[in-house]
Amino acid sequence: MARKFISGNDAVAEGVRLARPHVISAYPITPQTIVVERLSDFCEDGSLKAIYMHVESEHSALAAAMGVSSVGARAFTATSSQGLLYMAENLPYASGARMPIVMMNANRALATPWNIYGDQMDSMFLLNAGWIQVYVEDAQEALDMMIQSYKIAEDPRVMTPFMVNLDGFVLTHTYEVVDVPEQELVDAYLPPLKLAENMMSLEAPKSLCITAGNNFNMEFKIKQNEEMNASTAIIAEVDASFAEVFGRKYHGLLEAIACDDAEVILITTGSVTGTSRMIIEEYRNKGHKVGLIKLRYLRPFPTEALAKVLKDAKAVGVVDKNISFGYEGTIFTNVNSAILQSGLTPKVHNFICGLGGRDVTKENIREMFDALLSSAAGDSCEKIHYMNVRCAL
Amino acid sequence: MMPKITAKNLTNDELFYGHKACGGCGESLAVRLAMKILGERTFASLPAGCMSAVSFIYPNMAFKTNAIITPFASTGAVAAGVAAGLKALGIENTYSVGFAGDGGTADIGLQALSGAIDRGDQIIYFCNDNEAYMNTGIQKSGLTPYGTRTTTSPAGENLPGSVTTKKNMFEIVAAHDIAYAATASVGYLEDYMMKVEKAKSVKGTSYIHILAPCPTGWGTPSEITISLAKEAVDCGLWYLAEYENGEFKLNKDPKAFTPVADYVKKQGRFKHLTETDIEHLETQRDKKWLKMRRDWNK
Repeated sequence: MARKFISGNDAVAEGVRLARPHVISAYPITPQTIVVERLSDFCEDGSLKAIYMHVESEHSALAAAMGVSSVGARAFTATSSQGLLYMAENLPYASGARMPIVMMNANRALATPWNIYGDQMDSMFLLNAGWIQVYVEDAQEALDMMIQSYKIAEDPRVMTPFMVNLDGFVLTHTYEVVDVPEQELVDAYLPPLKLAENMMSLEAPKSLCITAGNNFNMEFKIKQNEEMNASTAIIAEVDASFAEVFGRKYHGLLEAIACDDAEVILITTGSVTGTSRMIIEEYRNKGHKVGLIKLRYLRPFPTEALAKVLKDAKAVGVVDKNISFGYEGTIFTNVNSAILQSGLTPKVHNFICGLGGRDVTKENIREMFDALLSSAAGDSCEKIHYMNVRCAL
Repeated sequence: MMPKITAKNLTNDELFYGHKACGGCGESLAVRLAMKILGERTFASLPAGCMSAVSFIYPNMAFKTNAIITPFASTGAVAAGVAAGLKALGIENTYSVGFAGDGGTADIGLQALSGAIDRGDQIIYFCNDNEAYMNTGIQKSGLTPYGTRTTTSPAGENLPGSVTTKKNMFEIVAAHDIAYAATASVGYLEDYMMKVEKAKSVKGTSYIHILAPCPTGWGTPSEITISLAKEAVDCGLWYLAEYENGEFKLNKDPKAFTPVADYVKKQGRFKHLTETDIEHLETQRDKKWLKMRRDWNK
């Protein structure tokens, strides 16, 4: 095992190298670009034996990955923001055809106003695309998830494309010490892909991405949904087996931090979790019963796991780096549905922050916990809070 | 010199069979014959269009070989991905081919095709040109000729139908310095089949652009598809040519053209054309041939 001081993007590239994809289809976009730069270096120096395709757009990046996956080879691509939306029509194409493609997405704002910094408007846009979506907290998790993602996506019970999300700049460009596992360990954990049964092959030719009219279409979609829901078990399974081999675990769909006796719980995704961990410690030391949920997967959505952790909470806050215009933060909507389905009745609050790369500070997290504590104590409190805003609007 | 492929020595095996294309469909004939020549180790990529619409209807699959429907814009990219995947897996002696229509090639699919040619991907790309978006109900594409009545280029008092000329796909492709490109017509099938055979041994990207009449969209009886496609070449509105080793070559250079009027009058899509319109078509044709004869036949 090597310890390297690298950025989140470098960590993704290291993870991809270890996962040994057959083909990389690459198109640059800030803040993802370093991933495809590093991978081109690895292909050049021979440390990654993959075909590197310089595609002419994100649309073709995913389309080419689909071609690769359709013959049972392992494909990787990466994108961000406008690029993700440019390839949008191909996402349900790949998931409907049950292609286990892995894609890194550097979460970034959407134009307009034009902005290259991090928020989660892009991937939220594609929540319904039939892809598994995970949000990582740091560079180490980014590297590890490149390995886990192939393991999960290629499981015959799952066969679903996988999007690994990193907060633009805050994660993609921040340097951290990362453990890079030995290739032999990864090879043993993630054997070469063999998918002839589901994909095109000379032995058993097939037609893929077929047409199914109103007589059959619905059954295909229901099966896709049920198997995506069932992938929650495989996600937990892979996280456990990964921990056995590599000694690091991420607690599957979500991680509950100090939630056992918590009266108020904040739900975060991605890098905000790291900041929130510090505030949890600070508030616990002051005697406040605060808890934190690091929501790792948004699809499949961990309804049951969430309900289990939230069952005694008096107030729940959801951090959203996105807005569904005309409504609220998208994660908030999803969490509310899970709460309602589970028969829970906590007070719920939405903290919208970090749009277009606006800082989410420790002070902002304190403000969130203060609002939740006050709400839990019975005070009336706004449902939606916009954090760290310059001026009244 | 490769042996000539004729009806006599062409295989009786059908690799594209049982589809739901219209009677007299030129495009399905082009695909069927190409598949016979390419054989069973072919991986076909088809975007949205008539051929994908008629041949992948669950549970009836018309391709006996591997085949995949691609996003509309993505024929070049998916076929390139298939080729890369097969290469990476060490699966040899296969053909990754794309069968796209005129809109799927010259309009929405042009960028992905350009990317594939630029990379020199090992694919054979077929543009099955029936000169409009037929699958969606006969709308004008970038390869619709001047004066064509389509459902989005109506002919009336103010317009003669389509007012643009066919996008010059063959030369656009050649300008990439592609390894091999050819034009063909379902009216000259031996020429077409020879070109498919040739493309099989090309190292790099091949492009074959075949004119394929569509009785439904052209307003023609289904039994004249072949003779009409022949006449398109004989009257000079289409041409048979190749581009290889950086050189253009006209495969057929008629001493005299048959009348354009005879060709257009057989077709519902051109019924409204006036003598002036036809003269305009002839002028365009003569200009094109002057250039081709001057630059390509050395």
